[in-house]
This record gives sequence, C-alpha cells and structure tokens, in this order.
Amino acid sequence: MKLIASLGAWAVAFVARLGQSFLFLLRALLGAARALPRFSLVVEQLYAIGVLTLLIIVVSGLFVGMVLGLQGYYQLVNFSAESSLGLVVALFLVRELGPVLAALLFAGRAGSALTAEIGLMKATDQLSAMEMMAVDPMARVIGPRFIAGLIAMPLLAALLSAVGVLGGYLIGHGQFGVDSGVYWSSMQNGVDLVDDVLNGVIKSLVFGFVITWVALFEGYAAPPTSEGVSRATTRTVVASSLAVLGGDYILTALMFGGL
Amino acid sequence: MQNKSIEIWVGIFIILGLAALTMLAVQVSNAGGATGDTFRINAHFDNIGGLTEKAPVMIGGVRVGRVGEIAIDKDSYRAVVGMDIDARYDNLPADTSASILTAGLLGAQFVGLQPGADDFYLEAGDRLEITQSAVQLESLISQFMFSQRQPEDSEEQ
Amino acid sequence: MHSPAPGFFDNPMVEATDIHFSFGQRPIYSGLNMVIPRGKITVILGPSGCGKSTFLSLVGGRLRPGSGGLLFDGAPIPPPGSNRLFEMRRKMGMLFQSSALLTDLSVFDNVAFPLREQTDLPEELIRIVVLLKLEMVGLRGARDLMPAELSGGMQRRVALARAIALDPDMVMYDEPFVGLDPISMGVIVKLIRELNDALGLTSIVVTHDVSEGRDIADYLYLLGDGKTIGHGSPEEMTDSDLPQVKQFMGGLPDGPVGFHYPAADYWADLSQPSP
Repeated sequence: MKLIASLGAWAVAFVARLGQSFLFLLRALLGAARALPRFSLVVEQLYAIGVLTLLIIVVSGLFVGMVLGLQGYYQLVNFSAESSLGLVVALFLVRELGPVLAALLFAGRAGSALTAEIGLMKATDQLSAMEMMAVDPMARVIGPRFIAGLIAMPLLAALLSAVGVLGGYLIGHGQFGVDSGVYWSSMQNGVDLVDDVLNGVIKSLVFGFVITWVALFEGYAAPPTSEGVSRATTRTVVASSLAVLGGDYILTALMFGGL
Repeated sequence: MQNKSIEIWVGIFIILGLAALTMLAVQVSNAGGATGDTFRINAHFDNIGGLTEKAPVMIGGVRVGRVGEIAIDKDSYRAVVGMDIDARYDNLPADTSASILTAGLLGAQFVGLQPGADDFYLEAGDRLEITQSAVQLESLISQFMFSQRQPEDSEEQ
Repeated sequence: MHSPAPGFFDNPMVEATDIHFSFGQRPIYSGLNMVIPRGKITVILGPSGCGKSTFLSLVGGRLRPGSGGLLFDGAPIPPPGSNRLFEMRRKMGMLFQSSALLTDLSVFDNVAFPLREQTDLPEELIRIVVLLKLEMVGLRGARDLMPAELSGGMQRRVALARAIALDPDMVMYDEPFVGLDPISMGVIVKLIRELNDALGLTSIVVTHDVSEGRDIADYLYLLGDGKTIGHGSPEEMTDSDLPQVKQFMGGLPDGPVGFHYPAADYWADLSQPSP
C-alpha cells in the first residue's frame, strides 16, 4: 500500500516537473529569440560551451577512431575485406559514435558546467538582481546559452567524426598498410551525404537541444543551496545522457529503419 | 581586452567545426564527385551481381562517374545499367567496353570501363556494346568443383 | 517623544494596505499595513523568518500579494503587463544580502551592467557614470578587480553603486549589515545615509540589527506574526510600552515571543514511554 502511494507521489512529482520543464523551455525559446540580435552574448557562451569542450572532443575522437581502426581491421582481415576499413570506420562514426559520443562528452563537460553556473547564479541572487535591474534573465542569461548549445553541438559532433576518421586512417594506413586510396574511396562509395552525414548532423542538433534544455532547466530549478546545485549537476549528466541514448535509438529507428 | 581573444577562439572553433563538416561531406561521403554535369550512357549485362546504384564507374582505377540507374530491359530481360559520366570525360571512344568488377575478394562492386580505339566518342544516351557480366563467386566455386570432379566421374564410367 | 513632523506621510513612496500573502500553505502576511514616506530612510525590523525580505520582493514585483493593495509611487504593483513592471523597476534599486554581483564580470562591468542593458548611452558616457558611482562608494580604484577578489563589505559597496547606477527614486536594502566587520558596517551605515540625503532617495532597509537600524532610521516598523506590531520614530520605538516592541528593541530572551517552541506539557512529555 505504502509502495503504491509512494509510486503515485513520484508520478505526480514527475509529471509536475515535466510540466515545469516545458514551461521553462517555452520561456527559454522566447528568451533565445530576443537574445539573437545581441550575438556577442552568444559568442561569449560559444566560448564557454564550445571552445572549452573542443580539446576533450578532439582527443576522444582521435582515440575512438584509432580503436575503430584496430578492431575493424582485426575483424575485416579475417574475410580479407580490409579494403572496407574506411567504410566501417566512417559509418560507425558518422552515423552513431560521432553524434552520441560527442553528446555524452558535451553533457559531462558543458551540460554540468551550465547547470552549476545557472544554479549558482540563482543561489547568489544574481538572477533576482537582474530582474530587479529590469533585465530579463531569460533573454540575458538563458537565451544565449541555449543558442550556443544548439550551434556548438553539431560542430563538435562533426569534429569528433572527422578526427575519428583520421585516427582510423592513422591505424589502417600507418600501422596495417591499408592503401590510402582504398581507405578513402571505400568510404566515399559507401557513405551517403544525406542518409548518413546529414542524419548525423540532425541527430547532434537534437542532442544539443535536449542537453542544453535539461542543463539549463536543472540549474534554474535547483534549490538555492550548495547541496541543491550539486545534486542538480549530477541529475543533468544522468538525465541528459539517458535522453541522448534513448533518443538515439528512436532517431536511428526513424532514420534508418523506416519506422 | 580579453573579449578579443574570446572572439578569436570562437572564430577558430566555428572554422574548425565547419571544416570538419565539409570534410565529412566531401572527403568521407560520396558528395565529392557528384558535383557538376554528367551524361548518361547505358550498358546491358547478363548479370550485374551485387552492383548497386551510386557505385563508382572507373577507368584504370580512377572514378569517372557513378551508376545512376539499374533496370531490366523489357524485351531482352537483360540488366540495363545507366551510368552518369562526368561531363569532362567526353572523349571516351564509342567502342569502350564495360565490365563489372569487385574491389578485393568480397569488396563492393563497381563498373570498370576499358576505352577502345574508335574515332567517335560516346555521347549521352549511347549504349556500350561490349560488356562483361559480374563474376559470381558461387558459380566460380561450383565450376571449379565440377572441373575437379569430372575426371573421377569419367573413370567410374 | 519625537513624533514625525506633520506632512511626513504625505505622498508616500510605497503604500501597503491589508496585504495577505502566503508561500504555499505557510502564511507570511495576514493584514499587513505599511506606509513608506518619501525621501526618508525607513527601517523594517523583525525577527529572522518573519517575512521582512518578502516585503521587498512584493514591492519589487517579484512576488504577487494574495490580496490587498500595494502602491508604488501611486501606481499598483505589480502593474498589468510585464513591460510596465520592468519600467517600474527602473525606478528602484535593490541591494541583496548576498550582493548578487555578476561573478563573471569585473567591478566596472557590474556597475555598467544596468546602464548597458537599459540605456543607449555611448561607452565614454557610461565610463563617466560608472566612475562617478564607484567614487561615491569609494571603490573607483578597484574597478578592474573581479568580485571574488573583494571582501564582503566591498562587494556590498559595489552592489550599492550598481543599484544607484540608473539614478533610481528608491533603493531597497536587504539585510545590509549582515556578516560585516565593524568598520565595513560603519561604512555601509554612512553610505546609506549619505546617498539617501545627497541623491534625494527613498530608502527601505530591512534588518534584524536593532542598534544599526535605530541609528539610521527616520522611521521604524517592527514586523511579527504577519503584521506590523509597532511603528514610529526611533525615539518612540525605544520608549515604547508595547511588550513585543520592548522585547525586540531590548533584545530580551523571553517575552511575548516565547523562548520555547510550542510543545506539549513538559512533565507529560517526559513521563511518556518512548515510542
């Protein structure tokens, strides 16, 4: 009985929070629309969100590409089909690993930082102070970060894929001597601009939207205490990572499965 | 002011990101060669094996176009492969032959063209007369096994 | 007894009549009446958690009263439409207890923030205004520092310079004396008085610090139980015979505000077997 009651309470709280987050999204989008003319604010946030995530993305991309090169080669060489190495590496990266891995790293690096920053701004009354200075925090603080998240994510995902393809080349060509022409041409023959590359970009856009939304909402709704902010930061990483992985399944099914 | 360096970094970030996107589009995917004008030539094959649309058309390992359409000729029931050749290769001899080849043992299949010696050049809508169908691994293997077994059979007779 | 001069309450800055307000189930105000005289320093005293700061949120339009009338400069707060609210807020400055400086901006940029957001002034003019305001709080030399490099007292002075950047008609101070050393406290007291008189401001100071509040006030309100339980000039309040006022002004541990949290009978509680 107690279990059912607590389940009900949890469900009510969940739905209430979901409603809050949609309301927040609406206000954030309106704020973003008003922030767009002041692009210098967005540039500032692109630095915090994009540039500071650049290094981890590039390094991860390189290693993932190299691992794909190794694993792909070991498997393909069994069928003496190592000429398809480039195709395997590129498809994995462009379709899945690029957007998903970049999104997970983005959630861990930029998403958590966003939540902590907004949560602290709220806890130290900075958002209230802005309101009292007749400045709407939605337009001044939330909006630019939202736009920056939407811009940064596809670029980061593309970077991860591109660096990964180079990493695969490094292993495939450098270590195993796969012909460089074969590596690139097998890729070009099998990877489609619309079906693969464009769908990957769409995926990363969706992920960027979701992560930025979750991160900003968690920060904005966090209790104004240090414990509240730290919990919200954890929740951002967990919730947005789950959303990315779940969303990836749905998007993949929609795009490639003809669902 | 530190704003300046932030702007520079963001600029670098955007350029890098766009460069990566361009690389994915041009170097990784098949968008690279498809730019510009093409002209369509056809070739009839008995069997095209695993050839697919968008497969490359090569001369001596260089891509000159891609497969645009695969259909069946309603009268002869042979496969018709329409190839979109880059417009700049407009001096292919009319007696050029086409064969369906495989990259590696199990790799993707593509159309290879062997230029002839004719004085006339191929034009849009032309049909290649000399073609060689895809080599099918299964029939190769069965042929091989058949030829191995035949002497034994004759002995038994 | 020094009662306020006649005309003291004419044309008041803020007028609250019969305000009812609650946070969810918890009632904060049940019939609050308060009049803030124009051009004076009004100090609102009260024990922690009695809803002193909530009053500032109501005046700032960040919260909406459940019922009752709240007028700022003769117009209802919050006004219909958020644009009008933002217009009204331009006439108010607020100093938060936490200073609420924007942590990623320098001292100069913090003070310039409302000017850059709200006006189209050229950057040279903004520079002059900012330096003027910083000079008033004595921190012109600290303009290139970041908020984290300042002491709590200096942060509060920067926040004060920011609050008066747009030349408001009224400044609200939320617990301006909390957590300051005696020197910084003296500086803030002096600043509140000087700015009020020099710029012709109306000031509302919310505090539980009786002695500082009494020193600085032109008029005092004492809040408790969701109402004003006493008001008057500092002298009137100090000499008040009302037991609650007496207890608070004198800082007595027991009185109408009990020492004990409401509980069952002591002996009955002790003799009960543990659950």
